[in-house]
Parts: sequence; structure tokens; C-alpha cells
Amino acid sequence: MKSSTLAANSTSTSRPRTPAALADPPILEAHNLTVAYREKPVLWHIDFAIRGPSLVGIVGPNGAGKSTLLKAVLGLLPVGSGHVEFFGQPLRKVRLRVGYVPQRESVDWDFPIQVLDVVLMGTYGRLGWIRRPRAADRALARECLARMGLEGLENRQIGQLSGGQQQRVFLARALAQQADLYLMDEPMAGVDAATEQAIFGILADLKAQGKTVVVVHHDLRSVPERFDQLLLINQRLVAHGPTSEVFTAEILRKTYGGRLAILDELAVAVKTGMPTT
Amino acid sequence: MFQDLLRYNTLVILAGTSLLGLVSGLVGTLAVLRRRALAGDALAHATLPGLCLAFLFVGERHLPSLLLGAAATGLFGLACVSILVRSPRVKDDAALALVLGVFFGAGIVLSRWIQNRDSQGSKAGLDSFLLGKTSGMILADVLLITSVSAFVLVVVVLLFKEFRVTLFDTGYARATGWPTAFLDLLLMLLIGLVVVAGLPSVGVVMITSLLVIPSSAARFWTDRFGTMAVVASLFGMTACVSGVVLSTLFDGLPTGALMTLSATTIFAASALFSPRGALKARHRTQEIPSDRETPPEPTVRTAR
Repeated sequence: MKSSTLAANSTSTSRPRTPAALADPPILEAHNLTVAYREKPVLWHIDFAIRGPSLVGIVGPNGAGKSTLLKAVLGLLPVGSGHVEFFGQPLRKVRLRVGYVPQRESVDWDFPIQVLDVVLMGTYGRLGWIRRPRAADRALARECLARMGLEGLENRQIGQLSGGQQQRVFLARALAQQADLYLMDEPMAGVDAATEQAIFGILADLKAQGKTVVVVHHDLRSVPERFDQLLLINQRLVAHGPTSEVFTAEILRKTYGGRLAILDELAVAVKTGMPTT
Repeated sequence: MFQDLLRYNTLVILAGTSLLGLVSGLVGTLAVLRRRALAGDALAHATLPGLCLAFLFVGERHLPSLLLGAAATGLFGLACVSILVRSPRVKDDAALALVLGVFFGAGIVLSRWIQNRDSQGSKAGLDSFLLGKTSGMILADVLLITSVSAFVLVVVVLLFKEFRVTLFDTGYARATGWPTAFLDLLLMLLIGLVVVAGLPSVGVVMITSLLVIPSSAARFWTDRFGTMAVVASLFGMTACVSGVVLSTLFDGLPTGALMTLSATTIFAASALFSPRGALKARHRTQEIPSDRETPPEPTVRTAR
């Protein structure tokens, strides 16, 4: 394992692959980002630059600030210090290119709204003020639903769906936005194995289309084969780099503190399932 | 008795209050889904001292001035709520109840004081704002109420999509660039306009019922936001019209109370007899899928 993958110079590990890409600004870049909740800092001096196309996992223990990091870069939480750029620009200039999938628990599923209407919200940003979705937008929303395997559920009230289906409605809404970067907050939470498999298939498609997806993820076991890059955080950025370089027992122990039983399991997984450096 | 209904004045009032009922159902739908019903109630009760103060300044029952005064203290009351809840020791509902009580108490004291001071004519004016009274309205009053209602209607119709995304998923709305704080404030302002426009005919005490009950009844008939708003508007309109008709037929009964009772009748009928109501739900077959997805999982199409 290279010590260079540790936080001190973590950004240096995600090098662009081609010289041409070197000139492009990073897809998502955070400088010295600090977030406090009621005066108490929850994220300290986070520095990273993500280049793509790539599938990026954000992992860390509970309370490490994974969701907070997503919300902070999107401006949903007040940021104490530091700044964030998307495609080399402030978020307000490139909002349409950034898609967001919030946690499923963040909305009231009894709300009187049907599946297709939720997916159509993905087109609202493009439509702008006052204009309503048209037939073309509706066709796009149907297509996104079909890609998520939800055809036939268009007119269901959202509360009638299962947890995994609700999660896929959120993903379909993000697809309808046709963004270049997606930020997803625990899209695999509470879904069964088949749905998780399907969602990862969609993420791989997005990457094949040249898009970048940043996913807050809690299941370490599926990390190695799913993500190209990892951000390991525990209030501070512990490491950022290609999965093959940073998904190591030492960095995981540093991220989770010694207290994780899964670490021993993972040590085995790392040895057997993953080519370590 | 029935001839009263066909008088020109009554017909004008009916037209004006039916539009008021329509927007109260419409804005009520937004208010209920945003959980702003209690805030609307606090606002309504906080309008009373403003009404009285405006009356003291103007010296007569000049409706535009009275409603302006009402709006001023109503919004001031809400501002007090938002300051109070900044303290972690004061919870939202406590702050609302506190403001509601203090302002309404002050309003009652003021109105009694005014009525004791000069016992002629003026007295009838202020009391009618408590429980609503349409019989004494003049054309100018109705026009004012109608134009405020029409303005609210236009704003909600134009910004319906923006309200929908903000109400359903504020985080997503913000992340995709919608100014949710502004839309929230605008919604509170629209609630304020409906409350103030409803004061003469529905009254301080009952106006919140007209926001809450039609929309709650509408929820039993539909799972769609747009349909719910339309149905709530129709229910609000029906409640207002029947309130005016009943108070014309039985002279002396307060209009606002009759409107509320009409709305409640609609709610009870919806809660019992609608497809989602208590009587039908019992017999309905379970169509909601179980939380754990069963094996015939629809296959996800991949692009490759």
C-alpha cells in the first residue's frame, strides 16, 4: 500500500487518465470544506477533486458526515468555510448538470402524488418558471421509469410502492434530469439484493455514457467490485483514490476506528476478492 | 324569505364569496400539505387587533383600511412566531398557541373598549368580523374580496409546478435550484391574503376551518395533488355558497359558522362514503404490495 493515498495528499492519487483531461476542470471539487451543526463541526477541512467518468463511493462509519458532505456540496446546509465547484464553476451556473437523489426517508410518502408526477419533477429544472411539462417530457419520464423497471406503475400513489420501488422512482427522476453528475444519498438503503444489482447496472450504464455518479454507500462488502474511486471519510477525509489503492485494511481501520467487526471479514475479502497494491 | 336570495345584493355577495371559497380550498390544499394550518390559525387570530387599531384611526367601517390593519398585525404575529421558535426552548406549536392567544386577547379587549366608548353604528362593524357576516356587505367590499381572491388564484395556478416540487421534496427542489425559502414565504403570504379576504364573510375564528376542511375532505377522493386542489376548491366554494344561502334564509345566524358546518358536512360524507373512506376501505381488497419485493421482479433494462 502506498502511504501517498492517505489524506495528506489524497487528491494526487486520482490522476486524470489522458493529457486532454488534464485541461478539464474536475467534475466536482471541494476546497477546505468545513461544516458545523449548531456550532459543532461535523466535517473538517475536506479537500478533494473528482475526475470522471467514474463511479465514486463515499464510505465511512455512521455519523461520519457522508450525507452531510453531499448536502453541503449542494448548498443544502450552511457551509462554515471552504468552497465547492462543479465542472470548474459554482453550482448555480451548472445546476441542470447536477442530479440529486435524496434519502428515501426525506419525504412524506403519503403525499398525494403519483409515480409519473414525481419522475416529471426531473424535467422541472429545464422547463424553468411557470412552464408545464409537455408530451415530450412525459414520454421521457415514462422511458426513465421503464429503465428502472417500473413500467405500469405510472399512476400509483407513491405510498403504495415498496421501499425498493420508491428508491427507483427517485432514481428515475434523476435520470429524467439528464444530468452529467449524479449525487446519490444511500440509494441502496432498504432495497433487496435484486434491486441493488439492478441499480448498480444503471449506474454502470451512466458511467458508460460518460457520466459520473457519487454514491453514499454503507455496505462495505459491495464496495470493491462496484466503485472506481472511494472517498473514505470520518469527519475528516481519511483517503481518496482509486478503489484498488485505498480499499485496504489499514485505511479502513483508520476510517472506522478499530471498532468494526466487519473489518476482520473484510480483511479476508481484501485478500481474496481484491487485487491489493 | 326566499325572495331575499334573488336580490341583486345577495347575488353579488354569492359570486364574491364563491370565489373566496374556491381559493380558500386551493390555498388550503397547499397549507395542509405544508403543515401550515396552525400557522394560518395564528395569523387569523392575530388580525383582530389590527382591525381594531385601523378602526380607531379611520373612525368608520372602511373595509380596505380595516383589512390592511388586519394584514399588518397578522403578519406581525407570524414574525413573532418565527422569532420565538429560534429558541430551542420554545417548540413550534407552543409559539403558535402563544401568539394566537396574546393577539386574539388583545383584539377582544380592544374591540370591547371601542364598543363601550361609542355605542352607535360602529359596534355592528367589529363584531361581524369575529364570526362573519355577509348581509351588510356593499358592492365595494365584495369587489375587494373578489380581486384579492382572483390574485391568489392566478399566482397559485401559475406557480403550481413550483409549489408541487417544493411541498413534496424540499431538499430536491433546493438542490435543483428552486428558491424554496421564497416559495415558502409566498405560500404564507397567500394564506395571509385568503385569511384577510375572508375576515368579513367568514370571520377571524372560522377562516382556518375553511382552509383546512375542504382540502382534508378532498384528500379522500384522490391521490393526485392537482385533482386534490381542484376538488378542494369546489368543496370550499360549495361550503361558502351554502353558508351565505343559509344565513340569508335564517337571518341572524353567523355566516362563518354556517360555512364551517357546511364544509364539515362535506368532510364527514367524504370520510365515510368516498372510495378511500371508512365504509369502503373496509371492503377493499388489499392492493398494496408487500414491502419485501416478491421474486417476479420486473427486469431492469440496461443500455448495453
